[in-house]
Amino acid sequence: MSANGAGVAGEDWVPSELERERRAYRRGRAVRSAGISAASTLVLVGVVVALVVTSPGWPRVRETFLDPDKAVEAFPAVVEGLWLNIRVMLVCGVVIALLGLTLAVMRTVRGPVAFPLRLFATAYVDLFRGLPLLLVIFVLGFGAPALRLSGLPSSALFWGACALVLSYSAYVAEVFRAGIESVHPSQRAAARSLGLSYGQTMRHVVLPQAVRRVVPPLMNDLVSLQKDSGLIAVLGVIDAIRAAQIETATDFNFTPYVVAGALFVCLTIPMARFTDHVARRQGFHGAGGML
Amino acid sequence: MSAPLLQLEGVRKSFGDTEVLRGLDLTVREGQVVVLIGASGSGKSTLLRCVNLLEVVDDGRITLEGEDVTDPRVDADAVRARMGVVFQAYNLFPHLTVLENTTLAPVRVHKVPKAEARERAMAMLERVGLAEKASARPDDLSGGQQQRVAIARALVNQPRLMLLDEVTSALDPELVGEVLDLLRELKDEGMTMVLNTHEIGFARQVADTVCFLHGGVVHEEGPPEQVLGDPREERTRRFLSRVHA
Repeated sequence: MSANGAGVAGEDWVPSELERERRAYRRGRAVRSAGISAASTLVLVGVVVALVVTSPGWPRVRETFLDPDKAVEAFPAVVEGLWLNIRVMLVCGVVIALLGLTLAVMRTVRGPVAFPLRLFATAYVDLFRGLPLLLVIFVLGFGAPALRLSGLPSSALFWGACALVLSYSAYVAEVFRAGIESVHPSQRAAARSLGLSYGQTMRHVVLPQAVRRVVPPLMNDLVSLQKDSGLIAVLGVIDAIRAAQIETATDFNFTPYVVAGALFVCLTIPMARFTDHVARRQGFHGAGGML
Repeated sequence: MSAPLLQLEGVRKSFGDTEVLRGLDLTVREGQVVVLIGASGSGKSTLLRCVNLLEVVDDGRITLEGEDVTDPRVDADAVRARMGVVFQAYNLFPHLTVLENTTLAPVRVHKVPKAEARERAMAMLERVGLAEKASARPDDLSGGQQQRVAIARALVNQPRLMLLDEVTSALDPELVGEVLDLLRELKDEGMTMVLNTHEIGFARQVADTVCFLHGGVVHEEGPPEQVLGDPREERTRRFLSRVHA
């Protein structure tokens, strides 16, 4: 509040008749839209459920995919597998972020001396972005332990995680690079004009802005990683999907898969909300605020 | 005296705890040029944003050509289509050429056939002296040229009212002239304009009415020679002495 004392003191202001009428109208509209959205959602869900439930094969499908007893029976094993997925995701997530950032910085370093760095980073990204993840998992998971390298673990879990790191780092590096290149050149100019070196400019001016800008797409990659951590099941590691498969194999009841799927979704939703929250805190307002 | 084209009655707007407009009244008649002056934060830009419905007022009424545009039932896009706005930082679309910037609204909003829109846009660019830059991108133009394109972009829609928000503040002194000359021509053609500016000399030349904003209201209002030359209010005098210093 301004201290100059001019104008009317704000505390005395009560909304006019006109403003009260406008607010009532807006409230009415808000209630109406909420009502419409609730009704349309209910109708849509109702129609879909009715269609599925009245279909001729429904009793059979319910038995094989939605058997409550089987779900309860499979739950502990699937959850135990899921815990492995979570650990893989957390560890790999950190390593991927570091490796990706390093690669991105390597790709943006200037000067002729740094050419090998740029070449290596570019080749790495080209290679691992091009290779299907499943292929990398197979090659590393079955090939690397066969080398019998001393000092390195030979477990399928370790090499599966390595494959995830190698593949995802290539994607994440490109996200970071896009962020670095989106920082306006005037920022570099300002930093260099203060006498900061190239490295200092990167570290104190460019990267902080770049990283903040790419947090939403990075979270997207994290959610994706969480699901792809299930792919290492092909190496025989018992994660949630593999555990579900084992449960299924005893009686051809597919309910454990549904349990695993539901658990993955339950993990992803909080992460998606968290991503939205982070993005909002940075001033992204969906489709540009009120406009 | 012609009918009021734009009327603000008791307009209030706060941002959080900061009350920017506190029951502001203002009348703009057809063909009138109203210049808003006042210190930074006095609400000049907020006023223009409220008129263009970029901000929702907290209270009060804004009437354009007799229609209450603050009524939530009003289609804000249709109201905005009747006004032209020019921003301090030009706000041209960098991914479009000068011509495309100028034809975007005529084609998409006013549904003018493409060929005609192009013709009208070219005529308007000719008028602001930038026809030869039609296929350039905004980034390749100087600030003064960009601002003239922004004015052409607004004018091509044949607005009833032009709102100009500090249109020369971001320009080098030698580029200010070309924009001010253009605005002076517009005034001579009878365009109704509300603009805020720090160029007191320019305000003196173009304004029919000068409004000094202070404390969220129009503190003093009158013809430029009176408000700028011999202000009645102490606050106005103090503001002007600081600006002239």
